[in-house]
Amino acid sequence: MKLLLVLSNFIIPVTVLVIVVFGALRRVNLYEAFLEGAKTGLQTVVDILPTLIGLFVAVEVLRAGGLLEILTSLLTPLETWLGFPAALAPLTLVRLVSSSAAVGLLTELFADYGPDSFLGRTASIMMCCTETVFYTMSLYFMSVKVTKPGRTLFCALAANFVGVWAALAITGWVFGK
Amino acid sequence: MLNVIWGFFLIGGILTGAFLGRMDLVTNAVIDGGGNALELAFAMAGVVAAWAGVLRIAEKAGMIDLLSEKMGPFLDFLFPQVPRDHPARNYIAANFAANFLGLGWAATPAGLLAMKELAKLNRQGERASNAMCMFLVVNMSSLQLVTVNIIAYRAEYGSAAPAEIVGPGIAATLLTTVVGILLAKILEGREKP
Repeated sequence: MKLLLVLSNFIIPVTVLVIVVFGALRRVNLYEAFLEGAKTGLQTVVDILPTLIGLFVAVEVLRAGGLLEILTSLLTPLETWLGFPAALAPLTLVRLVSSSAAVGLLTELFADYGPDSFLGRTASIMMCCTETVFYTMSLYFMSVKVTKPGRTLFCALAANFVGVWAALAITGWVFGK
Repeated sequence: MLNVIWGFFLIGGILTGAFLGRMDLVTNAVIDGGGNALELAFAMAGVVAAWAGVLRIAEKAGMIDLLSEKMGPFLDFLFPQVPRDHPARNYIAANFAANFLGLGWAATPAGLLAMKELAKLNRQGERASNAMCMFLVVNMSSLQLVTVNIIAYRAEYGSAAPAEIVGPGIAATLLTTVVGILLAKILEGREKP
């Protein structure tokens, strides 16, 4: 397991190394190319800034007003009725809207039950296979002025739903209850 | 649709805040929200720019071409509407590869460029095309080799084996990706030529 953590420290430097060496071999003007890309990268950040601000304001108001808690408390009985652990229900909803809030819930679960408990493991795997759907979708679609995501939302939510249940089932199989 | 959701967040949030007597918190949220977004953007500007720079080197060296060539059959299946020689394919390939390696910051610039190229092919106006839908569904199903930050949180809270969730995590993610792709394929709409 230590090995995996060490390996994960290698991913970024090795990716950069491979690309730069490859570029050098192909006689790319490395620094020039880098600056060219970095400039477009910065431009990209500036371009998405208004979307980001809009997203943050909306999501933080949603949380601060207490609506997210209400929605969660409405969803929890439904999920427990389906056989889902009540302690994990808030995470399923919050994860869709805010990454930082989801991490907050995750660490709370870790503190309460321990990361190696059934709930801790399930929550960890849930975080791996789900995504802040609303955030990502807004960022990408709004960047090209697409406001009608069509089936994208449904497909993403369905995939998320499957992921949440898969996390629960897989944890049970692999680690036991 | 996105307009409606965004409006719902704000209107719903403020009204609930009024009912629950949490208007002070809502006030802070309105004031701080923009600032927090700026802070994030500021933090991410450096990383995104650096990765976009590295990405450009890879592009000029022909590595991205190579990557999208290797992913050819997969891309053909997912994006039949995108012509083989279209730059969108390269950026999509780079985005998927970066996401897979867990290089989120590198994935973002490639992803936004991919979206820009897909928008050029989109004849549905403000509606998402099949290719856009498929791209985001795969992107959001978060297929990733190692989720470094989750492992780090687990280690922080005293897990005996922080990385033990990697294998099961990959299995769960594979499943969500496959489900997402299948659903997006089944629900694919007819598009104006």
